[in-house]
Amino acid sequence: MSTIVLLLITGLGLGALYFLVASGLSLIYGLMGVLNFAHGSFLTLGAFAGWEVARRLGADSWGVFGLALVVGAAVGAAFAALTELLLVRRLYERHIEQVLVTVGLALATVALFEGTWGSDPEFIEGPAWLRGTTDVAGAPVPNDRFLAIGAAVLVLIGIVLFLRYTRFGLIIRAGVENRAMVTALGIDVRKAFTLVFAVGGAAAGLGGVLASQYFGYVSPHLGAQLLIFAFIVTVIGGLGSLTGAAVAAVLVAVLQQFANYYWGYGDLVVVLLLALVLLVRPSGLLGRRA
Amino acid sequence: MTEPILRVTNLRATVAGQQVVEDVTFDVPATGVTAVLGRNGVGKTSTLKALLGLYARTGEVTLAGERIDRLSTDRIVRRGVGYVPEDREVFAGLTVAENLRLAERDAAPRRELVADLFPDLVRRSAQRAGTLSGGQQQMVSLARALLNDNRLLLVDEPTKGLAPKIVGQVATALAEAAATAPVLLVEQNLEVIERLATTVVVIDAGRVVHTGDAAELLDDPDRIQRLLGVHTSENAA
Ligand SMILES: Nc1ncnc2c1ncn2[C@@H]1O[C@H](COP(=O)(O)OP(=O)(O)OP(=O)(O)O)[C@@H](O)[C@H]1O
Ligand SMILES: [Mg+2]
Repeated sequence: MSTIVLLLITGLGLGALYFLVASGLSLIYGLMGVLNFAHGSFLTLGAFAGWEVARRLGADSWGVFGLALVVGAAVGAAFAALTELLLVRRLYERHIEQVLVTVGLALATVALFEGTWGSDPEFIEGPAWLRGTTDVAGAPVPNDRFLAIGAAVLVLIGIVLFLRYTRFGLIIRAGVENRAMVTALGIDVRKAFTLVFAVGGAAAGLGGVLASQYFGYVSPHLGAQLLIFAFIVTVIGGLGSLTGAAVAAVLVAVLQQFANYYWGYGDLVVVLLLALVLLVRPSGLLGRRA
Repeated sequence: MTEPILRVTNLRATVAGQQVVEDVTFDVPATGVTAVLGRNGVGKTSTLKALLGLYARTGEVTLAGERIDRLSTDRIVRRGVGYVPEDREVFAGLTVAENLRLAERDAAPRRELVADLFPDLVRRSAQRAGTLSGGQQQMVSLARALLNDNRLLLVDEPTKGLAPKIVGQVATALAEAAATAPVLLVEQNLEVIERLATTVVVIDAGRVVHTGDAAELLDDPDRIQRLLGVHTSENAA
């Protein structure tokens, strides 16, 4: 029983990290049709930014950790917004070029991160509570899992409220359905594009700081590692569906944890799940049918 | 004769490498309804989309004397062009109220006018537009254009696929709309044309083949037959 609880909560924690990456991927694809392979770099830079803050100001303080989260999210948002403005904006409707430029950016930034911070993982510190465990039904659950889950739930609620109750949210929801008609109502949809990149980048940057707590280190490859599964989550959930991404993130991560523990083939099981979903429901669990 | 609201000169447009508007030249007078006629697939919709910059285009287009052929779609619309597309294109996942709110450009959108014209939409404001009937969706699409004070309305086959009773309602709404701004109307239903149109532009194979007074053309069944390949209602009856 305690093993199951531990696997479940750890899976939820991992799912939270997947969701923080997949939410941005899904929104960006849904609105702009852009597969953003540079999204992992937003996460990695956010993680390093948070780590730098903690390293300089004292890693064990909650105040500094809170600041690290804010800085990680802000850096992720700024990096993502610049990516949209400087690179992606010129390439709308040119899908091959978009893939090339975002893949290129991912490769170049990983090399840049390696040059700056070295290619080995840097083990990180944090508030003492995060290193501890809490007993849940007899299972000693690492506390950082709760933090990741709580943050992802807040991000999900925040994005849902933003989409439902703001004018930009309205433009984004309409644009996901029919971008041309949004412009035909006199709306400059490009502002929404930049904003969606920034929101996705903020979630990824926040995810970077939380992922470094979850794994216990920062490394230039942190983003790429999570991006693969985030893409799978996005496809399983249905490209463009935020709720789909949330459901699929939990499903994929929990399944992965259990399969890893009992058979040792967690990644294989995830790929099989992806294949199954693509066969049975090609548009994803909650995706709109094309 | 006053200055036309819209001047289209040598408009050409391509979609996916295919030329869908060959060479279109016509004026839209500053008042009344100008009807665009033509057989299926001759490029009427493409002409409207090219005017709006939704399709890549060349040629000269002026709105109230100012060039708009290099502007992006959203800029053209903000200069006062309302667009009611073929097949309505309401946002199915958004509610009626959200569809309308999204369309509001002016500081003081004409919500009362729209509520008077389409009381049904007020009752259904919380309903998702995707669950409305075709006629109701057409009302949403028209309402989106009528909320703002436009200098020109582009309306593409608003009665297509609607029940006869609804066609009458849409025509009434269009007549009200035409009282506020000139309308460029693509329409196949000759009764609607007869009721609303003052001027006609006939397109065939991506080119304008006839322009003139609407009543004059409608009085000439042979010519309609030649230009459009259809019989007028008198002939059919
Ligand atoms: N998006 C598109 N992709 C490819 N071809 C297109 C596209 N839009 C229009 N066409 C082609 O351009 C030509 C003109 O189409 P258009 O829709 O403008 O005609 P139409 O006069 O509006 O027809 P209808 O009376 O059926 O509405 C057609 O041959 C059509 O197949
Ligand atoms: Mg058409």
